[in-house]
Amino acid sequence: MEQAVFYLFAAILLFAATMVITVRNPVQAALFLVLAFFNAAVLWVLVGAEFLGIALVVVYVGAVMVLFLFVVMMLDITAAPMREGFARYLPVGILVAVLMVLQLGVVILSDDVALVGGLIPEPAADADNIRAIGTVLYTVYVYPFEIAAVILLVAIVAAITLTLRRRQGTKHQNIEEQLSANKANRLRVLKMEAEPRQGGEGAERQ
Amino acid sequence: MFETLFWTFSKIWAVLIPLFIGVAYFTYFERRVIGHMQDRRGPNRVGYKGLLQPFADALKLLFKEITVPTHANRVLFLLAPALSIGPAVAVWAVIPFADGWVVADINAGLLYILAMTSLGVYGIIVAGWASNSKYALLGTLRASAQVVSYEIAMGFALVGVLMAAGTMNLSGIVEAQAGPFWNWFWLPLLPLFLVYWISGVAETNRAPFDVAEGESEIVAGFHVEYSGMAFAVFFLAEYANMILICVIAAIMFLGGWYSPFHGLPVLGPALDWVPGIVWLLLKACFFAFCYLWFRATFPRYRYDQIMRLGWKVLIPVTVVWLVVLTVLIYAGVGPWF
Repeated sequence: MEQAVFYLFAAILLFAATMVITVRNPVQAALFLVLAFFNAAVLWVLVGAEFLGIALVVVYVGAVMVLFLFVVMMLDITAAPMREGFARYLPVGILVAVLMVLQLGVVILSDDVALVGGLIPEPAADADNIRAIGTVLYTVYVYPFEIAAVILLVAIVAAITLTLRRRQGTKHQNIEEQLSANKANRLRVLKMEAEPRQGGEGAERQ
Repeated sequence: MFETLFWTFSKIWAVLIPLFIGVAYFTYFERRVIGHMQDRRGPNRVGYKGLLQPFADALKLLFKEITVPTHANRVLFLLAPALSIGPAVAVWAVIPFADGWVVADINAGLLYILAMTSLGVYGIIVAGWASNSKYALLGTLRASAQVVSYEIAMGFALVGVLMAAGTMNLSGIVEAQAGPFWNWFWLPLLPLFLVYWISGVAETNRAPFDVAEGESEIVAGFHVEYSGMAFAVFFLAEYANMILICVIAAIMFLGGWYSPFHGLPVLGPALDWVPGIVWLLLKACFFAFCYLWFRATFPRYRYDQIMRLGWKVLIPVTVVWLVVLTVLIYAGVGPWF
């Protein structure tokens, strides 16, 4: 049963991944990437890594891909010019692909890792994935974790400073001024003397 | 194996059928309540006091033609309603309605809720893009930017609950609040409770944060091109999500299935005969009423004000309160920690 589920989702994952690079429309490609992420998450849940699986959905599917789609949707990308460079980039692409397959092979086939045959150890029946990860992350790996967080923060600040550009003469609202506005500086009540009607109806007609 | 499958399916339908009936009557009560708030009657013709009105509406939509705009992406256009209703009903799998009344009692329940609610935005995005319409695309951009922004504040508010309860299991979170109403998390987490509720209203794109629909500006937002049953499915998803936000608020902050006097000397045992689900639904109904109340009371926010509220007010409040909460937990304050 579990194997059937695995092969089903693995097949969809491979199909979606292939579609990402072959489909013409960039929005559809991004949506297929979402499908691929989702299926990868299912595979992770299947091997008992529920935290990683759900975190993949929250972070990549729920946030990163939404923003990605956002940008792709607003850009008017035509597929034809993107195809032009295909032959030119093909050798480099094949080289990278071969390299990645080799690296994966080294990891999977080496005796130290022992993924083949050894497989993933069966988790204990009462194992709480999240509690285990939390404990390890904030005790054993607390420094790497914090350093990674700071690096990400630096990246955010750098990205914002690189794109921040103050233009002269933009009409943006001063929110503080808007919020502090009250009746006294928006409304002026004038008292006017009532004036007698000049001429009356008959005067206008003449 | 087939026995467990059978039971799981029965449980799923035992949740979904009342949910859909709840959605139908939520729309009815919305029109009645807002009607009375605006000094008119609301629908009162179909059935006794208009009680059959939602079914009349559903039947009408069922018999209408589903039109697909020219040059729309047909497959995605028809897939979008499914993408939006799927996550909206999938979340209900982890919701505990009473002690042990839950379809899937998983440890990562809270995380699962966050994952599923963040998936709901794809229905909106795909619908707006596939419609090939300016208004729909504008509505999509607004809706998705708003959902992505408020998801952060909402997630942080739920992190506070997770810290206070010490577990992500929803039944565990409710059990951590066992006791009378001052034992519930709304008191130590009051700012987070308010942030959660505001972002919940914003997440479901409801008034006063309903710029995604903005009927006076962009007609109806992302679902402007939808008709008939396809539109009804979007409607169903929106209302199912609203009820979900109400129920989660009751579970996280108002002690779920516990009665307000649980554990008190006289009142506690006197109210023990009431089943837990009644308390949960009563609490959820209060929030549901607030949804309608907001819609009848507040004018729509301006778009930049929504973004400002989300990023510059709600998120800092949650971050500060998480620090305060840490101190409270560390010091072991009150009946809570």
